[in-house]
Amino acid sequence: MDLPSPNPAILARKPAILARLRDVLPSDAVIDDETETRAYECDALTAYRCPPLAVVLPRTTEEVAAALKVCHDEGVPVVPRGSGTSLAGGALPTGDAVILGVSRLNRVIEADYANRFVHVQSGRTNLSVTGAVEDEGFFYAPDPSSQLACAIAGNIAMNSGGAHCLKYGVTTNNLLGVRMVLMDGTVVDIGGPWMDAPGLDLLGLVCGSEGQLGVVTEAWLRILPKPEGARPVLMGFDSSEVAGACVADIIKAGVLPVAIEFMDRPCIEATEAFAHAGYPMCEALLIVEVEGSEAEIDEQLGLIKQIARRHDPVELREATDAAEAGRIWLGRKSAFGAMGQINDYMCLDGTIPVSALPLVLRRIGEMSQEFGLDVANVFHAGDGNMHPLILFDANRPGDLERCEAFGAEILKLCVEVGGCLTGEHGVGVEKRDLMGVQFDGADLEAQMRVKDVFDPGWLLNPAKVFPLNVSAGRRAA
Amino acid sequence: MSEAMRPETEQDLAEAIGSAKGPLALRGGGTRGVGRPVAGQVLDTGGIAGIVLYEPGALTLVAKAGTPVAEIEAALAAEGQRLAFEVPDWRGLLGSEGQSTIGGVVAANASGPRRVQAGACRDAALGVRFVDGGGTVIKNGGRVMKNVTGYDLVKLMAGSRGTLGVLTEVALKVLPAPEAMASLCVGVEDAGAAVGAMSAALGSPFDVSGAAWRPGRGVLIRVEGFAASVAYRAGRLEALLAPFGPVEKVDAPEAVAAEWAAVREVAPFHDRAGDVWRVALKPSDAAEAAARLGGDVLLDWGGGLVWALLPDGTDARAALAGIGGHATLMRASAETRARIAPFPPEPAPLAALAQGLRARFDPRGILNTGLMA
Repeated sequence: MDLPSPNPAILARKPAILARLRDVLPSDAVIDDETETRAYECDALTAYRCPPLAVVLPRTTEEVAAALKVCHDEGVPVVPRGSGTSLAGGALPTGDAVILGVSRLNRVIEADYANRFVHVQSGRTNLSVTGAVEDEGFFYAPDPSSQLACAIAGNIAMNSGGAHCLKYGVTTNNLLGVRMVLMDGTVVDIGGPWMDAPGLDLLGLVCGSEGQLGVVTEAWLRILPKPEGARPVLMGFDSSEVAGACVADIIKAGVLPVAIEFMDRPCIEATEAFAHAGYPMCEALLIVEVEGSEAEIDEQLGLIKQIARRHDPVELREATDAAEAGRIWLGRKSAFGAMGQINDYMCLDGTIPVSALPLVLRRIGEMSQEFGLDVANVFHAGDGNMHPLILFDANRPGDLERCEAFGAEILKLCVEVGGCLTGEHGVGVEKRDLMGVQFDGADLEAQMRVKDVFDPGWLLNPAKVFPLNVSAGRRAA
Repeated sequence: MSEAMRPETEQDLAEAIGSAKGPLALRGGGTRGVGRPVAGQVLDTGGIAGIVLYEPGALTLVAKAGTPVAEIEAALAAEGQRLAFEVPDWRGLLGSEGQSTIGGVVAANASGPRRVQAGACRDAALGVRFVDGGGTVIKNGGRVMKNVTGYDLVKLMAGSRGTLGVLTEVALKVLPAPEAMASLCVGVEDAGAAVGAMSAALGSPFDVSGAAWRPGRGVLIRVEGFAASVAYRAGRLEALLAPFGPVEKVDAPEAVAAEWAAVREVAPFHDRAGDVWRVALKPSDAAEAAARLGGDVLLDWGGGLVWALLPDGTDARAALAGIGGHATLMRASAETRARIAPFPPEPAPLAALAQGLRARFDPRGILNTGLMA
């Protein structure tokens, strides 16, 4: 994976650039001490690290604008950063880039329950947004598993999902408006606490644009009333085909679960060894959760169990109380930790049409033999988002490269069967060089045109999303 | 004036646009004509039609843009599914004729009462293929619900009314059609109290799928789902809404459907003179907005959408100054639509971004020229 070489002219002007930033920002908002900036050299894609030129941590929209104006004037690339939890290298800097972190913008500005929105600063963590409204019986639906740490800013940049998204949608379906600063320092409000775009849907364009169109400092988010309750059921099957057919039948019966999670045998075995959740040792396991009142939950689970029985499950277990519900979820929630205990692993997030699951799992099994690396699979069966976990040994020379090559083949397969490269994590640097598998030249050109409009100088996070040779003509030399 | 062009394939459409000598007036079903009067050679998209793929177990449908909505809705109904965002039929409201196409629905982001719960058309759109103003075929998104690969031009195309490109194919997320439905009518005659009732209902855990106010009829609250669940939730909502006024429950399917068709189609404004405005705002501002506008109103989306019938030539935006949100002129004479911008004027930086996008996607400015100006 290549990063553009740092611009020597920028490196030469570093003292002057820092002085200009310190002119317009409080002294503690500009960091260039080598040990302090090291904390910003990578995000959760820890295989790739590069210390930035400097780090700026503003506290207000005005400070963000002031910082961007200086960088714009100096031609310095800027890499926006929320909490740095990106698994795709979205916040990975180059040596000539300024990291602009929004974590100090973390207030709740207004919670409006009658109008069902919350207005927050973008550096606030995802879980603490729900935290701010749950006493009134509300929640913010998109819940990526990093929600304890990840920031709304990052959620907006990557259009994050989460376990709830089958029923409640992803970030873009729950975002009402943003306050955003463009690279030249212009502050724009796109949308607000009302529905629908007045003209072109610029908000929909900004969400998922990976920090390349502007820096979001505030957001208006939809909040929803908490359901009365929720309960899971666990089902074991002796093949992934049967598990997939069961999912299709549940959906065709008109049930809309809030979550449908799938785990394959390697994942079940590793998880059971680690978490002892009492999972059946079988080929494929489903956890299905439904919401509503007790009676509604009973009705839905009754239907689901009836459907499941038609598929000869090896295990069918409904939680009868909160403790049992916790045990059903325990294994699934420990899965990544369980894999991490055995090995280093790479987590992919390609998406496939749900009907293609058996074929894709079979091919992944074959590729696992070819590459000599084990894989365990977690899958959001309701929406097709796969999480193949490829196990490797970071200390063994060549393993990372082999793992990446295997991952690339899996993602190409996802596209081949009608899916896509990334369902949740975003392109960043991790899938940048595979973009040509999913898009042709005209498709990429159309996306780059959009960046040309918002950031004509291509200074915002320029080394991400588009293969470097494809974006070369637009990026600073 | 030459005849309408009606290409039968995406390639033919691309060639027609690429070789166009002047402005093109795009037409799907011709039922949702909103915006500045547009001149040009008519380009009809109805020849690019047909369902391409439908997987009920995956909640996914892909169709060519010229496919009639009626055909899609029938195919979905046969499998017990539907388009959750509730396609509105605006022919009675706008006085138009024709068969709405799915491409037109996406291009207009046309969404009905259930938008308040299930999201708008743009939230159900998974992927698009389109031809830009230069005649280039572009695709974005795909056919899966979770897709963050590159920029989301699907959202950009939804609601762009052909001004950035002509849709040739759309992929949509579909949802199960419910087994049962019920509608409550609460006798409330004051707009402020109506919004209070709707907010109470929408803030409850009883999964309300429609919240509207028809002055003269009352606040309408809809629930859908499995029969026992609907009965339970309707009962809980009846109790919740009782303080706001007398509550009547409707649960015969045809009656519930008719009640909500009237809201969706804005029936109170059919066959009546006057201009029609559509205002999006915070529900708590709806009563103030209605009072300032002064004409007949219908509230939808819990009060987040105000339909208003006003005397010909009224500029509603002047009355609404200071209230956050935006107002669209939906029905008015060509003369009025030339004088008053049908689409909301935007602050300069946003207008510049929109202008920049149009300049790049349609450099010759030939696609529905000036429609959204």
